[in-house]
Amino acid sequence: MRRIVVNSELSPAVNKGTAIGGVGHSIAHESAHKHVRGTAEYVDDLPLLPGTLFVATGQSSKPHARIRALDLSAVKSAPGVIDVIVQSDIPGKVDVAPVYSGDPLLAGDLVEFIGQPIFAVAATSFAAAQRAALLAKIDYEELPAQLTVEDSLAAQSFVLPQHQLLLGEPDANIESAPHQLSGEIYVRGQEHFYLEGQISEARLTEDGGIHVISSSQHPTEIQKLVAEVLAIPLHLVIAEVRRMGGGFGGKESQAAPLACIAALFAQRNRRPVRYRMPRRDDMIQTGKRHDFLNRWKAGFDANGKLLGVDMLLAGKCGFSPDLSEGIVDRAMFHADNSYFLNNARILGLRCKTHTVSNTAFRGFGGPKGMMAIETLLEDIARALGKDPLDIRKANLYCEGSDETPYGQKIEQHVLPVLIERLEKSSGYRARRIAITEFNSTHRTLKKGIALTPVKFGISFTAKHLNQAGALLQIYTDGSLLINHGGTEMGQGLYTKIQQIVASAFGVSVSRVMVSSTRTDKVPNTSPTAASSGTDLNGMAAKDACDKIKADLICFACDHFQITAEQIHFNNDVVVLGDQELDFPAFIKLAYLNRVALSATGHYRTPKIFYDRAAAKGQPFLYFANGAAVSEITLDCLTGEYKVERVDILHDVGKSLNPAIDIGQIEGGFIQGMGWLTTEELLWDEKGRIISNSPANYKIPTAFDVPEIFNVELFDEPNLENTIHLSKAVGEPPLMLAISVWAALRDACSSITNYQFSPRLDTPATPERVYWALQECVAFNKAAATERKS
Amino acid sequence: MRLAVNNVSVEVAEAAADTTLLQYLRSQQNLMGTKEGCASGDCGACTVLVGRRSADTLVYSTVNACICPLGSLRDCHIVTVEGLSAGAETLHPVQAAMVECNGSQCGFCTPGFVVSLAGLQLAGGTELADADIAVQRAAVIDAISGNLCRCTGYRPIIDAGLSSLKKPACVASFVQNWVPDAPLTGTAAELASSGHRNLSDGVSNYRQPDTEAALQRLLGEYPEARLVAGGTDLMLEVTQQYKTLAQLIDLNRIESLSTIHIANDEIVLGAAASYSAIEKALHKISPEFVALLARLGSRQIRNRGTLGGNICNASPIADAPPYLLVMDAELEILNSKGDSRRELLTHFYRDYKKTTLGADEYLARIRIARAQLARPLKLFKITKRYEDDISAVMGAFCWSGKATNEFKIAFGGMAAIPKRAGATEQFLSNANWYVTGDVDEDILAQACDLLRSEFSPLSDVRASAAYRMVMACNLLKKACYEFAAEASGKVIEERLFNHA
Repeated sequence: MRRIVVNSELSPAVNKGTAIGGVGHSIAHESAHKHVRGTAEYVDDLPLLPGTLFVATGQSSKPHARIRALDLSAVKSAPGVIDVIVQSDIPGKVDVAPVYSGDPLLAGDLVEFIGQPIFAVAATSFAAAQRAALLAKIDYEELPAQLTVEDSLAAQSFVLPQHQLLLGEPDANIESAPHQLSGEIYVRGQEHFYLEGQISEARLTEDGGIHVISSSQHPTEIQKLVAEVLAIPLHLVIAEVRRMGGGFGGKESQAAPLACIAALFAQRNRRPVRYRMPRRDDMIQTGKRHDFLNRWKAGFDANGKLLGVDMLLAGKCGFSPDLSEGIVDRAMFHADNSYFLNNARILGLRCKTHTVSNTAFRGFGGPKGMMAIETLLEDIARALGKDPLDIRKANLYCEGSDETPYGQKIEQHVLPVLIERLEKSSGYRARRIAITEFNSTHRTLKKGIALTPVKFGISFTAKHLNQAGALLQIYTDGSLLINHGGTEMGQGLYTKIQQIVASAFGVSVSRVMVSSTRTDKVPNTSPTAASSGTDLNGMAAKDACDKIKADLICFACDHFQITAEQIHFNNDVVVLGDQELDFPAFIKLAYLNRVALSATGHYRTPKIFYDRAAAKGQPFLYFANGAAVSEITLDCLTGEYKVERVDILHDVGKSLNPAIDIGQIEGGFIQGMGWLTTEELLWDEKGRIISNSPANYKIPTAFDVPEIFNVELFDEPNLENTIHLSKAVGEPPLMLAISVWAALRDACSSITNYQFSPRLDTPATPERVYWALQECVAFNKAAATERKS
Repeated sequence: MRLAVNNVSVEVAEAAADTTLLQYLRSQQNLMGTKEGCASGDCGACTVLVGRRSADTLVYSTVNACICPLGSLRDCHIVTVEGLSAGAETLHPVQAAMVECNGSQCGFCTPGFVVSLAGLQLAGGTELADADIAVQRAAVIDAISGNLCRCTGYRPIIDAGLSSLKKPACVASFVQNWVPDAPLTGTAAELASSGHRNLSDGVSNYRQPDTEAALQRLLGEYPEARLVAGGTDLMLEVTQQYKTLAQLIDLNRIESLSTIHIANDEIVLGAAASYSAIEKALHKISPEFVALLARLGSRQIRNRGTLGGNICNASPIADAPPYLLVMDAELEILNSKGDSRRELLTHFYRDYKKTTLGADEYLARIRIARAQLARPLKLFKITKRYEDDISAVMGAFCWSGKATNEFKIAFGGMAAIPKRAGATEQFLSNANWYVTGDVDEDILAQACDLLRSEFSPLSDVRASAAYRMVMACNLLKKACYEFAAEASGKVIEERLFNHA
């Protein structure tokens, strides 16, 4: 048979058929009906196998200590306890770190944060395991602990070496600039608070292997680490993920220890094991978004245009590297946000602290870098007496001013147009005037408004992760089954893949089934992270579709004596020259003629590279863009505030599914708003996390959502050849919420007649807003004194 | 003990006293649609509807199954997300609206939202269906105040709630299908004859007396027993600290403890009256308090939590006590012998988590004079998050008006107990702080100095000591500005939120 390569540019009609619910349609999430009926299964909903054991861990009560003695006798003899393990019971590798070493599955002699697991208990019930785990007697020799970024900077103690980006000559250009400014902001981290806590179940297979069912964004890593911990080959381990009850980055590396401990108990006891973390353990024992201390010095001209920036970004990594290399890198890659820095030095530090090791969280460092530059631009605006929007616009990347500090040139200039459109559609200028008027006539209440942009680089910064696989199978009734390497955490990946496959064959989405992500179906997968799920897996799925289609077309050409151009897949029908066959009938015919109806697909992102030694390269295939206008009202007596209105215009390229994309934008925005407003991670002076439950860690509720919340898609195709010219949407919208923080700061600044920008660390709780207002009051007093003298 | 789950009557033969409804649903009934997100009543993923007998019908309200003791549900009808839809094909209108509006992403919180919104439809009926959009939106937000979603940003869920409200008739047909296969309604005697029993009657570890006399007997019989009404705090000892509550005495079925009596001279609130019941009963008589309650816990918590629990738990950050302190509320306390005593709430708190309540005593009723209720009142609650958050500072201010100028001030979050600001009250009551429609700032400044000398708050996860102190002063100022403005007939414009 001839092989025909299906090429979208040559023959779009062949390649992309009309499909009911296909690409571009706002169909509901593939599990929506199951969600609303409560029949969507999460790991803890699986029927318990007979003899299932439950797990709890014994936790360190010291931030940094040597364990002198560990007495587990009471734990072992507690009711229901079947097995207790410590580090020396691990048959294979102890370290379960994702990239660099440093994350022991169970602590040995040394503990490095409060809550670190020292031993694990398997018992016949969840409560029995939890109760038993509290009974250990542990004798510690306390060691000095560094608990804050400041401690780490003072000790020059880092989990990984520093990295620096350099563009032009920052020092000389800052020095010679007409104006200089320096500043600092402390940006706190964030608890993921996925509604479904971490969980894994391990079942023995007859070959002595393990089948792990997990709530994880990274099944391949689960497979690898379980195999290493148990000292068995990877082909004996299957990791499976049907869906997560939320991930947000918190289940990229953090899900693995649960899977490993469950697998180890399963292997030792030859029983199924379920390890579910109760919420409190989850909030104490798993990593969060990093805190960052950002400092900068900048030079600028009379128009507020940046001439040079020198910036320090110090991330609080916790006790181990985990994913902090990439996270601090991404903070550095986004310290320019959407702006041309002209000359820049960006230094990233990975601070070691004796706290839980921080990890991936939607935005992966990006939001922290952006906070630095956004603060700086506002300070410039206040110093020059200009509207911060004008300073932001003056510094946007544009032709000629398009080189990032890491050497990549910005090619698609979306933001100047997008911001212009949003500025108009939101009525920014008129509202600015109305707000100034309101503020001058109100004693207690003040309003603020801000427009902030987002430019977010798409691709993993670790190059090898930018690949994906898929497995497509077509059965003789014309039904299709697609597996791919991505995981579903609510973001709608499975739905988009379903649409991509349906469109490829011109069939209704109902013909396409997307099933669990399993390492025995699609191997060597990358984590579903970096917003890349659809970009990578969508392309891999399409590749698999194209392969089968090529064979089908080849067969049809021979069988019906027609040319490829005479074959169309549309509306569940295959047009074959002057005749038509229903899709199932055509597939049946192909089967009878011995056409292969399964194929694997693969995709690797082109163009990208990064030379770490030179700190230059093209780490991103493209950028996703957006902007938001937020308006708030605050109470000067208390610092309380309310978000009144939000307008968003966001670039998702050609949307694969507008409803799902808008859902990602709204959800990301509100999650980002929580990060910057009410969600406050706090540790006490002993290193114990005190925001350890939803009673004292407050994510937004429905009340916090602005009543006026306009979200629109900036409907322009991606210039890069991505899946149906769409753009990734998972992470970028989170950073649109910086506009809420900026609006709060704008309202504070109003009481100084916009002459002064107070420090407003995040989260901007009512208390922090109140103190920022007091800084403004002090500014006014000082100015009055100055005028008098 | 008998109850019904999704129309099917079930007999619970034996269970530990501290078994939660969630544990029962998931492990005994295999109803996996009801999720555990936090096991502390903070996230709402476990929300179910509980139908209780009221007159001859079942009245449904939403509760957090994770902290609801199973034993409290004798003769109740539990409707879970699985029970909402009729058969395999037909979705409940709320379920359909959630699909249409893209209200689910990861789906884990979804069943809880669906149940909360179904409960709202049921309670709201045609009246809410015909109400204007602002009222509907407020009702939807109230109904889901105890449901956290981390994916959607809530906008589509609010839309789903609003669109489903337009289908009350459709809902009615669903509810008509909710007919448990054994009678759960009827008089107490009828229910008794049809075999109603307490949970684990053989072991008698969960007792649910019907009268105060029976309660008093049980108090004598089981001196170690813990009292439970809503269980919204007590049950956390089980679900968060893994403690065992071996013997519980439930106060929910004693009518005299949950009655709200509004007389001409006073109101009498049964200690086991739920917040939701109080909201309904007092919205005209004490709108400020009812507005504050909208920020106490969530709708699910308020459906179970009780005023007596809020008082006796003796938390320094409880929301009701500052209000009750400035109302000069009086407590009616009884013991196992049936002896009764009265005590002003002001004298009830001894120290952190300590009250005058004796081991064999229980709080029966709370009395407030109507004269107190008539006075201008300001209640302000400062939190990080507006809904369902615990106070950093809670301030209650009551003023008798310019003629008599009697000032009462109480705070939560400012001391080891909810506390009156006696010296500041006395100072303001004797000072001319009010000057024709405005305040005398110098006098207010002196009052704030006094306030600072009366309190020394702590720093904790909710706020710093410094912020708490300055808030106490600013809330006092805010109250004075508003009192002064109202006394001269002005409208208060400068309020961020309409209540509390």
